[in-house]
Amino acid sequence: MKLRQSAFPILTVIAALLVVWYGATIKMNSTWTYDQAARAGTEPSFSEVVSDTMQQSRPLLPAPHQVVSELWKTTVEKKITSKRSLVYQGIITLKTTLWGFTLGIFIGVSLAAIIVLSRVGRLSLMPWAIISQTIPIVALAPMIVILSNAAGAGTLLVPKAIIAAYLSFFPVMVSMVKGLSSPDHMQLDLLRTYGARPNAVFWKLRVPASMPYFFASLKVSVAAAFVGAVVGELSTSAIAGLGARMLIGSQFGEPMIMWAALFAAAILAGLLIFTVGGVEKILRRAMGGRAV
Amino acid sequence: MNRSDTQFERIAYPVGFGLLVLLLWEISVRVFGISPALLPAPSAIGAAIAGSVPILWGDWVQTVIKGAMNGLWMGGIAGVALALVIDRFAFLKQGLMPVANFFAALPIVGLAPIMVMWFGFDWHSKAAVVAIMVFFPMLVNTLGGLAATDSMQRDLMRTYSAGHIATLLKLRIPAALPFVFNGLKIATSLALIGAIVAEYFGSPIRGMGFRITTEMGRLATDMVWAEIFISALTGTALYGLVALIEKRVTFWHPSQRG
Repeated sequence: MKLRQSAFPILTVIAALLVVWYGATIKMNSTWTYDQAARAGTEPSFSEVVSDTMQQSRPLLPAPHQVVSELWKTTVEKKITSKRSLVYQGIITLKTTLWGFTLGIFIGVSLAAIIVLSRVGRLSLMPWAIISQTIPIVALAPMIVILSNAAGAGTLLVPKAIIAAYLSFFPVMVSMVKGLSSPDHMQLDLLRTYGARPNAVFWKLRVPASMPYFFASLKVSVAAAFVGAVVGELSTSAIAGLGARMLIGSQFGEPMIMWAALFAAAILAGLLIFTVGGVEKILRRAMGGRAV
Repeated sequence: MNRSDTQFERIAYPVGFGLLVLLLWEISVRVFGISPALLPAPSAIGAAIAGSVPILWGDWVQTVIKGAMNGLWMGGIAGVALALVIDRFAFLKQGLMPVANFFAALPIVGLAPIMVMWFGFDWHSKAAVVAIMVFFPMLVNTLGGLAATDSMQRDLMRTYSAGHIATLLKLRIPAALPFVFNGLKIATSLALIGAIVAEYFGSPIRGMGFRITTEMGRLATDMVWAEIFISALTGTALYGLVALIEKRVTFWHPSQRG
């Protein structure tokens, strides 16, 4: 997409969203303001209501500038080592995401190799791989925690990473199955005339041919791993990580914590996708490949 | 891969693999004497399912029918409708498409605690989470589908002097259907996740997410697995249903004729 050309429309849309947000802030928070005023026996003017809805400490819907200032307070002004710092919490979620992403790539590539190389593997694994994605992972989450604890994992990192991997292996697997089986008969026949063993066919033809597909799947996969990490934190009652901050905000009735964590998560997800996209572009150019 | 797969093989292999896993599970639980609080045997899970049908049914209705399905139709219709509007205006398309794509990749499930705060503990908050979660994949996929016709086909419609509505109804919506179904497949599994996660933040005393957390607390692991089994079955059945409808509706598409 040509960014310069679409920058104006994108900014317009974002501005419109902000306007809607401010409007909703006034509407949703005014009930509380009127309530307070009625109790105090005063009749607030419209401008007083508007200014009050913008600065409640426990709003139903905080105004955008409140979220931004909360984000600023909890990222820049807090020490990174503080548990209230969203940078600290974000790094924990990021770690989970990257472990899950790595594990997911490993599982996805291995499954794809089995599926492409063995007929029995393809027939018996492929349907189950699809079924695995229709199972709501959150239902499994508490079980994963218990089982990985029983298996000797001391921290919550392992079950969270497993949940992230569970969501992120699938895009990699689907793309790699496509990629590893992308060499056509001509190319396979050529290798046969060289007397290449199946092993050599796999490493010298199938694997290089699958690389563009592999890179194309990474962006989807990293986003899935991040969602998995947050879902994992939400559903394993974690005490650290952005998902855990949302839980804490919900349990202690502190909406600002929830909103700040939510936006930190959004920013982190954007950064991750952007980074993986950039790495993908560099690697693809280095290998002289084309986009799929 | 020289022989083509017969119908028998396509069913027998996956079923055989599944049975093998269950068998190994049952055997290892018995041989190694794993505590039922840790990992119950498949037979124990089966017994738990058979023994508590009314509870499971109540949870299923609360979570799937009230939470997930209500959210699914609301979010789905909203996504498709907004896609049709956006598609009419090139300016909106340029501006909203990247924003929607970005939102689609976010962990929207994090909105669950906020929705519970807004709409209360009952199914309304669950439906709201689900609606927002399924909205973006539906929007993005429908928009992608509406762009799927090539200029040749659109030119043909123009030579028939078809207007925007007629082109939409007769050419572009049918062409977009495979994409819409693709979005719907993503949406069904998201819907279940959303409905269950939202129950972790507060729910009435029924629902699959509620049951999983409370039974987990009592270490009644067989009941947790019973809920997992039901949710897996529901997820797969929903996916299968969408795939079946897709096959009927988009029978003309190359991917359906093989």
